Amino acid sequence: MNWPILSVVTFLPLFGALLVMLLTRGDTPIARGTARWIALWATLITFAISLVMVARFDPASPEFQYVEKHPWLGVAFYHMGVDGISLPFVILTTALMPICILASWTAIQRRVKEYMIAFLILETLMVGTFAALDLVLFYLFFEGGLIPMFLIIGVWGGPRRVYASFKFFLYTLAGSVLMLLAIMAMYWDAGTTDIPTLLRHGFPLALQKWAWFAFFASFAVKMPMWPVHTWLPDAHVEAPTAGSVILAAILLKMGGYGFLRFSLPMFPVASHDYAPLIFTLSVVAIVYTSLVALMQEDVKKLIAYSSVAHMGFVTMGIFAATAQGVAGGIFQMISHGVVSGALFLCVGVVYDRMHTREIAFYGGLVNRMPLYAFVFMVFTLANVGLPGTSGFVGEFLSLLGTFKVNTSVAFIATLGVILSACYALWLYRKMIFGPLKPAVAGIRDLGWRENIIFAPLVALTILLGVAPKPVLDISAASVTQLLERYTRAVKAADVERAQAKVAAADIGARSAP
Amino acid sequence: MIELSQLSPCLPLLPEIVLATGAMLMLMFGAAGGERSGPAVNGWSIAVMVLAGYALIAWVPAGRLALFEGSFVVDDFSRFLKLLTLTGSAGALALSLDYLKLARQQKFEYGALFLLSTLGMLMLISASDLIALYLGLELMSLSLYVVAAFDRDNVRSTEAGLKYFVLGALSSGMLLYGASLIYGFTGTVNFAGIARATANGAGIGLIFGLVFLFAGFCFKISAVPFHMWTPDVYEGAPTPVTAFFAAAPKVAGIAVFVRATVVAFPGITHEWQQIVVFVSIASMALGAFAAIGQRNIKRLMAYSSIGHMGFALVGLAAGTAEGVEGVLVYMTIYVAMTLGTFAVILFMRRGGTAVETIGDLAGLSRTHPTVAFLLAMLLFSLAGIPPLAGFFAKFYVFLAAIKAGLYVLAVIGVLTSVIGAYYYLAIVKLMYFDEPKPGFDAMPGLLRIVLGIAGLINILFFAYPAPILGAATAAAASLF
Repeated sequence: MNWPILSVVTFLPLFGALLVMLLTRGDTPIARGTARWIALWATLITFAISLVMVARFDPASPEFQYVEKHPWLGVAFYHMGVDGISLPFVILTTALMPICILASWTAIQRRVKEYMIAFLILETLMVGTFAALDLVLFYLFFEGGLIPMFLIIGVWGGPRRVYASFKFFLYTLAGSVLMLLAIMAMYWDAGTTDIPTLLRHGFPLALQKWAWFAFFASFAVKMPMWPVHTWLPDAHVEAPTAGSVILAAILLKMGGYGFLRFSLPMFPVASHDYAPLIFTLSVVAIVYTSLVALMQEDVKKLIAYSSVAHMGFVTMGIFAATAQGVAGGIFQMISHGVVSGALFLCVGVVYDRMHTREIAFYGGLVNRMPLYAFVFMVFTLANVGLPGTSGFVGEFLSLLGTFKVNTSVAFIATLGVILSACYALWLYRKMIFGPLKPAVAGIRDLGWRENIIFAPLVALTILLGVAPKPVLDISAASVTQLLERYTRAVKAADVERAQAKVAAADIGARSAP
Repeated sequence: MIELSQLSPCLPLLPEIVLATGAMLMLMFGAAGGERSGPAVNGWSIAVMVLAGYALIAWVPAGRLALFEGSFVVDDFSRFLKLLTLTGSAGALALSLDYLKLARQQKFEYGALFLLSTLGMLMLISASDLIALYLGLELMSLSLYVVAAFDRDNVRSTEAGLKYFVLGALSSGMLLYGASLIYGFTGTVNFAGIARATANGAGIGLIFGLVFLFAGFCFKISAVPFHMWTPDVYEGAPTPVTAFFAAAPKVAGIAVFVRATVVAFPGITHEWQQIVVFVSIASMALGAFAAIGQRNIKRLMAYSSIGHMGFALVGLAAGTAEGVEGVLVYMTIYVAMTLGTFAVILFMRRGGTAVETIGDLAGLSRTHPTVAFLLAMLLFSLAGIPPLAGFFAKFYVFLAAIKAGLYVLAVIGVLTSVIGAYYYLAIVKLMYFDEPKPGFDAMPGLLRIVLGIAGLINILFFAYPAPILGAATAAAASLF
């Protein structure tokens, strides 16, 4: 059987969006129901097909699989494919989408049809970002995601949604346009925008350096790294629940994926040279944003800041450029995708009932919502990085990988683990334990739809924590190849520099007497 | 009887002949039929433009043809741009019909003036010496001055026409002065001759002439610092005329700008490149910043078009075949985006009167969801967000700029596009995030068609870009 499975996974949601557009008329209850069901089925089928992709994926090969290539722009090709680094992200995306649709089932009552269309288009763009094997195509998907997300925050968001949506859009756009220029410079240097070719192309050092910064500008904003993270708390707080989930779980991962796919392998020498910068920013992010999280009064803002801190571990691990560090970075992203997504869903549960996200409003929820307390507990502990949950594996591996390269950075970053325990457990105690506040006395526990949403997430969090091997195995071959090339390039550059130094010394020695 | 073969030397000129004859016929028909013939004449004028376009595709011989001692050149470059200009003019005229009916302005001169102006544009595009250039330019401009003041009982419209005329005459004078200097220093008006004379660089006198020539071009395409007329004329002129101004003359102006610089002055690229880079940066920046404060959507589109001309000039600044290709792709997409946006602006009528502030668009996504969706896509495209067509427009010009090593221009350019995105987003915000105002009157059929076509081109360009890209590559190659 030889059908373009990757394109199907990418564009099936778009097809779903078209169906919603064509099959529903007006804003009647029937139209809303149809829109919801079409969206759910489209995302479920997409997820099922993506699982087929996993089943037929060969983890021993570091090469791109399910490759499709067609002429497109003259400059660029329609070139798609996945390897061990991108496949986990594709699956993360397809797996979380049905959950997001379910989470919006009753929470969204206004303009349901447009909401579902926006989400389905967003899914196409997100999967495409991870599967694109051409820089221009990648950019197209990467930037295209701004439009639906802008509308999701702006139309269905909270009171300050206009400010948040503009900030989100303009920050991300400003970061990305510089990357676009770097893509063009790479095209003129290598004569192609084909990613597999560029991975083997050695860029001259000068180009590497400024292209690295251009890509850094884009991915650092997306990630987000301190100090360009300030759009994230605003966007999270104002976005509807499912929007926050997508933002935290997938859109942020595009930054980390970009570092792994482009910065590290294509500009290895620059990455090596600028690793201290990344380490510094990561450590600041881990410690500083954890402290900021301690001071928050809004649940979503707290989780948003904790996301920034957790992404600090990812960048640190990736730029440590050791097998453990990179594997840890990838694992941490997947784990954070599940855990932070789930935490936002947890916030959504109480927000749907009480319509406030103020921490002080809640208290003693365990008395009324034992099931919710359990679910929230699992994700809080995973967020802290308790052994046995998925959060531990990622943090441990990235710290381990960094320790080998830079011990002091690893040491300071470990403080972040303690701080994350502080704010997460503090939040949990405030909201769940203590005397039941009268305002929340009538609150209901999780319903069956919410159980369906949380069950797979709880299972996944614990499963990944106990048996992380499948995910690590999928990416192992690709990571090994990436690091081999990286090390070779860095060594070659070192030799070159040493020779240049010797030559300069020679000239100096000869001219001296 | 005249043999058909005797006519064949005229075939390259057929589109122009069709337009000229058509304009005369329309005038005669109008003069004979009086005021009542207005709707018919205006409708038939579209048919004349379509016929001219058909003549261009079907009957004009292939290859590079130079007529009249090389002062009139028909090559792939001019074919591409002529077709684009005809599309822009016909589109603007199609947008006009319902407006004229509603405004009770159905005079027959309207269509005839559009035809004459378009004829001037086609001559301008093919012009390959300074005299032919001036002839085309004046024919185009004089007709434009009149249509700007077409709503003659309206103070704003007459003011727009007068302002455009006075400033336009001034810029024509500057252009002529520059042309005479160039002639004086090179001894020829022919582009190829000027190229030979400047092959080994040029003296200060010729550069002086070049600057004046550029001033004239910049005025026509409303590039900074010769843009001052644009907002007032755009706001004052009747809306379909504004659509016409924004689409067709810009194409012709860019065409002659590109041909004159690339063909006549390849020897002094370094000198004119500096000017183009400055004009381009200034236009992009002014377009982005000045549009932010605008409340009138026609003024906003004026600043937007100033910015877009800046982006198109990025491609010219590169001065390479890739750059020219970028300019051509940019103008094609620009025309589609402009016509689509103006279709929506013309649709903005509430209870029979036209409204023009962007605040009137509030909540459009609730009252007219399809129009709002298409306009939102057009606005994102104008902002240059992928996967919409506007992204590819910017992509190709910046691609050329990076190759030419114009990094500063490219970086400033993309940053102004981010700033520019703000005011397009502000309109999307009004349409989608704000509470609705009462809906607009029903959309006339022609506006629907224009908006639909423009919107689809804009959204689906990424799916099958090959025809436009291929044609642009061939057209750009014909200049080098």
